[in-house]
Amino acid sequence: MKAADMRVPEVGTATPELRRRLDEIWKTGPGIAGFLGTVDHKKIGIRYIVTAFAFLLLGGIEALLMRLQLIGPDLKLLTPDQYNVLFSTHGMTMIFLYAAPILSGFSNYLFPLLLGNRDMAFPRLNALSYWIYLAAGIFLYVGFLTGHGPNDGWFNYVPYSERDFNPGLNQDFYSLGMVLLGISTTVGAANFIVTLLRMRAPGMSINRLPIMTWGTLTASAANLVVVPSVSLAFLLLWLDRQFGTQFFRSAGGGQPLLWQHLFWLFGHPWVYAIVLPAMGMVSDGLPVFCRRPLVGYSLVALSTVATMILGFGVWVHHMFATGLPGLGLSFFSAASIVITFPSAVAVFAWLATIWTGRPVVTTAFLYFSSMILMFVIGGVSGVMTASVPVDWQLTDTYFVVAHIHYVLIGINLFPVLGAAHFWFPKMTGRFMDERLGKWSFWLVFAGFNIAFLPMHLTGLLGMPRRIYTYGPEMHWTALNTITTCGSFILALGILLFLVNVLRSRRHGRVAPANPWDASTLEWSVSSPPPEYNFAVIPTVASRHPLWEDRLQEEQATSSLDRGMLLDRGKEVVTTTPLDAEPDLILEMPGDTTAPFWLTVGLSLLFIGLLLRVVSLAAGGGVLTALAILVWLWPRRALREREPAHG
Amino acid sequence: MAEVAMFKPGPLPVGPTRRQGVGWWGAIMLVASEGALFAYLLFGYFYVGATEPPGWVLEPRPDLRLALPNTVLLLLSSVAAWFGEHGVLSRRRGRALLGFGLAAVMGVVFAAVQWKEWHLKHFLPGTSSYASLYYATTAFHMAHVVIGIAVLLGIFLWTALDYFSPRRHMAVSAGVLYWHFVDAVWLAVFTTYYLTPYLGFGT
Repeated sequence: MKAADMRVPEVGTATPELRRRLDEIWKTGPGIAGFLGTVDHKKIGIRYIVTAFAFLLLGGIEALLMRLQLIGPDLKLLTPDQYNVLFSTHGMTMIFLYAAPILSGFSNYLFPLLLGNRDMAFPRLNALSYWIYLAAGIFLYVGFLTGHGPNDGWFNYVPYSERDFNPGLNQDFYSLGMVLLGISTTVGAANFIVTLLRMRAPGMSINRLPIMTWGTLTASAANLVVVPSVSLAFLLLWLDRQFGTQFFRSAGGGQPLLWQHLFWLFGHPWVYAIVLPAMGMVSDGLPVFCRRPLVGYSLVALSTVATMILGFGVWVHHMFATGLPGLGLSFFSAASIVITFPSAVAVFAWLATIWTGRPVVTTAFLYFSSMILMFVIGGVSGVMTASVPVDWQLTDTYFVVAHIHYVLIGINLFPVLGAAHFWFPKMTGRFMDERLGKWSFWLVFAGFNIAFLPMHLTGLLGMPRRIYTYGPEMHWTALNTITTCGSFILALGILLFLVNVLRSRRHGRVAPANPWDASTLEWSVSSPPPEYNFAVIPTVASRHPLWEDRLQEEQATSSLDRGMLLDRGKEVVTTTPLDAEPDLILEMPGDTTAPFWLTVGLSLLFIGLLLRVVSLAAGGGVLTALAILVWLWPRRALREREPAHG
Repeated sequence: MAEVAMFKPGPLPVGPTRRQGVGWWGAIMLVASEGALFAYLLFGYFYVGATEPPGWVLEPRPDLRLALPNTVLLLLSSVAAWFGEHGVLSRRRGRALLGFGLAAVMGVVFAAVQWKEWHLKHFLPGTSSYASLYYATTAFHMAHVVIGIAVLLGIFLWTALDYFSPRRHMAVSAGVLYWHFVDAVWLAVFTTYYLTPYLGFGT
């Protein structure tokens, strides 16, 4: 073995000289090449967050239009067709373009910081994941803006979405856009899994991980194996529509229910994938404001994993009304009820943390704690519909709409808004305004509950979801008016939040490295963090490296100021999956535009497929292949090949 | 005051070494996700087959005269790829090139035979749901064969350029893993479409 292949990493402290050198090594290049080529996980994370918020606003505007249409009976603000496109695009936007990517954004930004390392396992894949997400979002919205938005609901049941009943390009945009988006989600998931398992600070064994990383790990493991299901379903639908195949068409022996199975095999695990990392944010953020560690760390971590495992076995509860055999239904009903147990573990852990802590009521605390209430309401309506006879009564009514909004706004948006207040000082170096923050919280909280709590009743009174209007004789008017008012109050709260973000970014109070006196590694570096994150690689001795003085749980204390320098290049250390023992020094790739060009190639390919222009598709395919070749070509600098040769 | 738990490093390998390194884990992620894709395709076959009336399978006795030898050929190509990888590991470049080249050629022959097989079928993708599933599944596999051949050619080229050593061969190992996956998945596809009808499924 050559001497150059093995090295004892130097150990030292973070001197200004070291910081200057690392800064030189890690910083993103200037200009357009740097913009398109950056692989900095923090920049990519911020891009994800900003893009996902933009989609949240678009989806919100679509919702407000629908609420205006429903504010009273027999209104003609929207045509039925416009209404169909709006509710479908709203669902697509919120679920696929906001709820998951926003969590990817936070995880991208935070993963290496939480784990005590300098980068993700696959920085270029990280950039690719963002670019494809952006391309897929634009692709889907070009469809919407040219009058070809999805129009059969976000779960897009056949046969409505087959060509016989839906001849426009609407479903082709939706199908291909979803396949494209699936690539982004999948590569992102692979990156999170490998980063978590291999790229941690020495000593950060599996029982010392922040819960948020547990949530992202489980969600990513699920995404990795369930996203192919929905991508396949959409691809087969596109083939049915464009090439006359018979997958879902009963006339040719196809099975419409196959669509529902493939969709919900993906769809239900996905529901957990878009809440578990958010629950993790609460599990990490809430204790900081309760001035104590989370109660029941191990139980919460295990219940996160248990929720996901059970989550694979509940998809048929979306299909109770499709005439499947009763025995099958009772199995899935039981599984759906059992899944409340691990969820309840998290709820009781949070409650106990607040109960035994000394809460500091900040805006972030308000979001994190009120989320518990939303979660319980959404959970209870979920258990109700897990029961087959109740579901038969309630399916396709506004009760289900109320349920999904309590779950998604309650367990995704509330934690995300809390997380935004919590980590904003870390990302920007400035605090968000607390006064404005509390105003916006109370507007969001009140508006949300005014809008969606009455909706349970609307559903119980029999109002079906997805109808564009209703008559006055149905007696749904008052409830709908209340809901519309609530939705506008909610929107006002979100608007205030945005104002707060934009103002605080420039004029907020300057934040120190650890503004909340929190316990995890990201707070040990400056706000905002330097491009290399950690000047020396920390060694972790407990779950709360910054609280060791007061907790004194462990024999040893973490070493944050002294550690491996790894300054001979863009270097990181990889660690073993369970015990986080260092096992390799890796050189990380620098800026590269290959992911960007790969995305351009893939986008051209998909546009070519959509318009059925063979030359465009082929050109896109060639560009994609070239970008992959350049990307994968073994590099000497990365020691992917022998330095002596080639 | 408690002692500071500073990690005191010994000598660590630099760069991806053997199968140590994140690239290998990335390859496993890819295979897991792709494996799931085929599981859903086969789920489609069994689900539709189980819910449709008898006679759904258009070929109750699939012709194995081409498919069976072709399957054996593909499995042998995995052996060739393994042989090539072994050549890299034991620093015998000629062996390595022979293995990768042979595996790629066998892959091309497999694809050509499968192409012929498609043309011998008496049904088209739009004939029925069975036909659609058959063509979609085998075409998905064919796409993986084509990508796998490109991967084999890539590591053939890089081996010819003498990029690898018993210590640095992550690209080779990841590529060969992918080829093994392509072959293993074919076994599942072959069993499903060519053998289960003999066991009575769907007939």
